[in-house]
Amino acid sequence: MHLFNQLKAAAVAASLVLSVALPAAHADEQYFPLQSYRVGPYAAGGTGFFGGFIDYLNLINTRDGGVNGVKLTWSEGETQYEVERGVEVYERLKNNPGVAAWNPLSVGIAYAMIDRITQDKVPLITINHGRTDSTDGRVFPYVFPLLLNPYSETSGIVNYIASKEGGLESLKGKKMVVLYHGSPYGKETIPIYELLAKKYGFELQQIEVPHPGNEQQAQWLTIRRAKPDYVVLRGWGVMNPVALKSAAKVGFPVDHIVGNVWSNSEEDAIPAGDAAKGYTAITTQASGAEYPVVKEIIKTLYDNGKGNLEDKNRIGSVYHNLGIVNGILNVEAIRIAQEKFGKRTLTGDEVRWGFEHLQLDPARVEALGAKGLFHSINVSWDNHEGNGYVTFQQWDGKKWNVVSDWIAPDWALLRPIIEKSAEAYAKEKGIKLRTSEDVVTATN
Amino acid sequence: MTVATFEASAPFHIPRWLAPFVVLSFAYIAVPFIGTNYLFEAILLPFLALSLAGVGLNILTGYAGQVSLGSAAFLAVGAFAAYNFNLRIEGLPLIGSIILSGFVAAAIGIVFGLPSLRLKGFYLAVSTLAAQFFVQWALTKFSWFSNDSASGVIDAPSLSIAGIAFNGAVGRYIFSLTIVSLLTFFAYRLVSSQTGRNFIAVRDNETAARIIGVPVLKTKLIAFAISSFIIGVAGVLWAFTYLRTVEPAGFNLDRSFQILFIIILGGLASIRGAFFGAALLVVSPLILSRLGSFLFGDLFNSGVLDMSQRIVLGALIILFLILEPDGLVSLWDRIRKRSVARLNKRKHVGRAAQPTQ
Repeated sequence: MHLFNQLKAAAVAASLVLSVALPAAHADEQYFPLQSYRVGPYAAGGTGFFGGFIDYLNLINTRDGGVNGVKLTWSEGETQYEVERGVEVYERLKNNPGVAAWNPLSVGIAYAMIDRITQDKVPLITINHGRTDSTDGRVFPYVFPLLLNPYSETSGIVNYIASKEGGLESLKGKKMVVLYHGSPYGKETIPIYELLAKKYGFELQQIEVPHPGNEQQAQWLTIRRAKPDYVVLRGWGVMNPVALKSAAKVGFPVDHIVGNVWSNSEEDAIPAGDAAKGYTAITTQASGAEYPVVKEIIKTLYDNGKGNLEDKNRIGSVYHNLGIVNGILNVEAIRIAQEKFGKRTLTGDEVRWGFEHLQLDPARVEALGAKGLFHSINVSWDNHEGNGYVTFQQWDGKKWNVVSDWIAPDWALLRPIIEKSAEAYAKEKGIKLRTSEDVVTATN
Repeated sequence: MTVATFEASAPFHIPRWLAPFVVLSFAYIAVPFIGTNYLFEAILLPFLALSLAGVGLNILTGYAGQVSLGSAAFLAVGAFAAYNFNLRIEGLPLIGSIILSGFVAAAIGIVFGLPSLRLKGFYLAVSTLAAQFFVQWALTKFSWFSNDSASGVIDAPSLSIAGIAFNGAVGRYIFSLTIVSLLTFFAYRLVSSQTGRNFIAVRDNETAARIIGVPVLKTKLIAFAISSFIIGVAGVLWAFTYLRTVEPAGFNLDRSFQILFIIILGGLASIRGAFFGAALLVVSPLILSRLGSFLFGDLFNSGVLDMSQRIVLGALIILFLILEPDGLVSLWDRIRKRSVARLNKRKHVGRAAQPTQ
């Protein structure tokens, strides 16, 4: 009883304190609620990505005093990549004033949020991942799988393998294994690989690795028996280094493993040691700290002890740079929306308009100090991906080296499949397809 | 494990129906008006679904004494069955698919309850793990269950019964609350019926139960069926009213343990215990996390905070189990008994103090 009373008193006190301690509204602030994850099996991705994102927001505040004077604010809620926690954090943070956009970096959480953010009219950004058919802005007005949706990624990887083999025709009769993470994210590309296998005539086997993926002996023995020409690693977190090490154990050549966009970081390669040397992976943003924007982050933040990463060696790593690119895209969407709606705190729907006009050509990317970091983006009201370019990088044992040009995925091939899937969703949910006239009205 | 006891009736006593009546009228009338969206979406909806799952598991583990680590599997069966009934049978009302999904869960429960005819204790617990792994594997392996959705995630349909739509946080809360109340009432009646007494007899001493004529095997299977039915419906609530999307990985072994902890912390062999336990396990991590980010949010990043919350929560649970091994419900009973005793004393004193002539 003693204990219970104390607990109760503490709980009452806590809820009282918390209810009055909500941040007060300021006139000119734009708020980013961050459903981050810094613990659990995916912490490497979470700390790098959210570190880079926060660093860029911080840079804009410190260097420019915000976006046209509108200060950027943010707060974090830990999700551990779990859907339930992601939903809880969403409900917790959504009532803060001036929410700009959500960036959960988890397909599972993003799926659970689609209904909610559509109702709340706030954009949901799933950079380089997410639900592929949300590319279709006619059906998903508030969801943006920016830069690279899973189908484009698949097309990019298949095209790259084809180029190594001497053209798409030479894929015929080749054998490919896709080793995917047992999560909504991992399964997202199953149908598109099957479709491409049929189209180009290569043999395909898709093997699941259950979450989190720290045990893959059985899968790699199957691969050894199948003797494929290439293995595509569609991994995430701890699954990737384990895959590379298991491949070495069963004697599969590492230079015939191609990593997808979530198997392409230093955190995936370094723990695998020598087993990773020669491993190739797709990316939308180069790694390295030589880009002007990364240099400015080092100068403005890390040299003054204000950087978000605890380990300074991770500055310019793949996840950190992806976080920075994500920051650029979010901030530029706000800037574009401000030009239309005024230099003030915008509503979520106004920011959505900004994302739907997020067009950064290579010249603008250079002006932002990100030339070479990523290529360009071209979002429109009905194309929420924005046709990002990809490149391939190879691990030399210490760092990633770019080994290809910027490659365009086969968007024309993918678009009809995406539209079909989105239309089926619209029918199931009773959603009326948007037209270009619905875009201009930003109300709420 | 606790043994059900019958209390001697106190001179001043609260009618049995009063407490549930007060709680329910508060939950139906007051809460929808004073509650915020956060309260419904992040606290009450998971609380209701997990409480119901706790009630279900308590019938099996608390009353019938069969330890199960497969609760999350039955949650998943319920959620996916309801989704498929709703999708594939044209014109079936929502409540129909919920009831049918409960029966599907019950059928699967009987299948995985069969080992209980031979196995006991830890051995049974391990064999129920099979349910956990098999169901998750089957739901992932055969994409038919998720209507061939690319990522294996299903979307909840909109909730409406007899033309009344239960959308929005409050609507879903009322929907969930109604189902939980009905099933809890059923469970409450069940455990005081002959079947319920058979459960307890089997739990306390199987041989003795057999000698006095309790059909042990049948009783065990009934316990598995009813428990899985209730947990299956809880799974529907979890998927349709709370998350509104479901992937098989959401029903992993951690969730099974969570439900087991709910009934251990709340009190085994107690219907109310499930609600106490669920409240503790749903609310306390949230309070800790918000308190932590409020007090130390500027000093540490969210990862450090989350790690320390886990340590604190774990320590609290250990401390609590040492101080109160019979669960929250016995704590509650002691508080109630003492306050009733105090009331009686006051009454007694008051009467004694009256001037006599």
